[in-house]
Amino acid sequence: MKNEMSLQFSALSQNESFARVTVAAFIAQLDPTMDELTEIKTVVSEAVTNAIIHGYENDPEGIVYITVTIDDNFIEMTIKDTGVGITDVDEARQPLFTTKPELERSGMGFTIMENFMDEVEVLTKPGSGTEVRLRKHLQSRKMLCN
Amino acid sequence: MSLTIEFKIKQDVLCIRLNGELDHHTADELREKVTAVIEEKAIRHIVLNLEQLTFMDSSGLGVILGRYKQIKQLHGEMVVCAITPAIQRLFDMSGLFKIIKMEPTEEFALQKLGVA
Repeated sequence: MKNEMSLQFSALSQNESFARVTVAAFIAQLDPTMDELTEIKTVVSEAVTNAIIHGYENDPEGIVYITVTIDDNFIEMTIKDTGVGITDVDEARQPLFTTKPELERSGMGFTIMENFMDEVEVLTKPGSGTEVRLRKHLQSRKMLCN
Repeated sequence: MSLTIEFKIKQDVLCIRLNGELDHHTADELREKVTAVIEEKAIRHIVLNLEQLTFMDSSGLGVILGRYKQIKQLHGEMVVCAITPAIQRLFDMSGLFKIIKMEPTEEFALQKLGVA
């Protein structure tokens, strides 16, 4: 059965843990493994951090939008900002690439998302914002009972 | 859940124990506190104990790499210890384990730096 939730909050760093814990609580009904739950929390943290630091350049007036849809063991999450957008997505997705080395950014955000999810899609337009779509099938944990 | 930072100093080695979650929000605080202690206490080496760290993302990798660079400039070393499998995955992905030494326990890490 399809089940959906959405969430929006100010682009403040203290909301990063709120976002990943809330998404994890919603996903928990699918009975994911601990590893899967950690992966989901990590990718939410990465995408939300990108929206705050890069999308809104730390402007707390910005709003981050999250939608999560679950259907059987399939998860789709969208994390969106209406900030500056990304001029070169291919470059942004390269491991260790960062536009903000002075802020000690590791440049690993997209690499982690790609490693932990089945699919990562980035829709962006300079000046309009960025939407990251993350998809993953959880391993089935349904028990066979006779 | 935030981050608790505990410092223990042995000679010129700063032992940092992290408890909680290391993300973009808590990384800033960690950077400021560690940088201040390195300067005030004439620190040369860092032992980073991650045993009680329950969550970390790429912001954590960034702040750890930043402290590694800081300590390298002082011709010091950084040893990470008691890393959990979930956080080890991030280290492996970023290649950080190639430049930062790892030890299973804090005691081994301190031994490595000759202050156990």
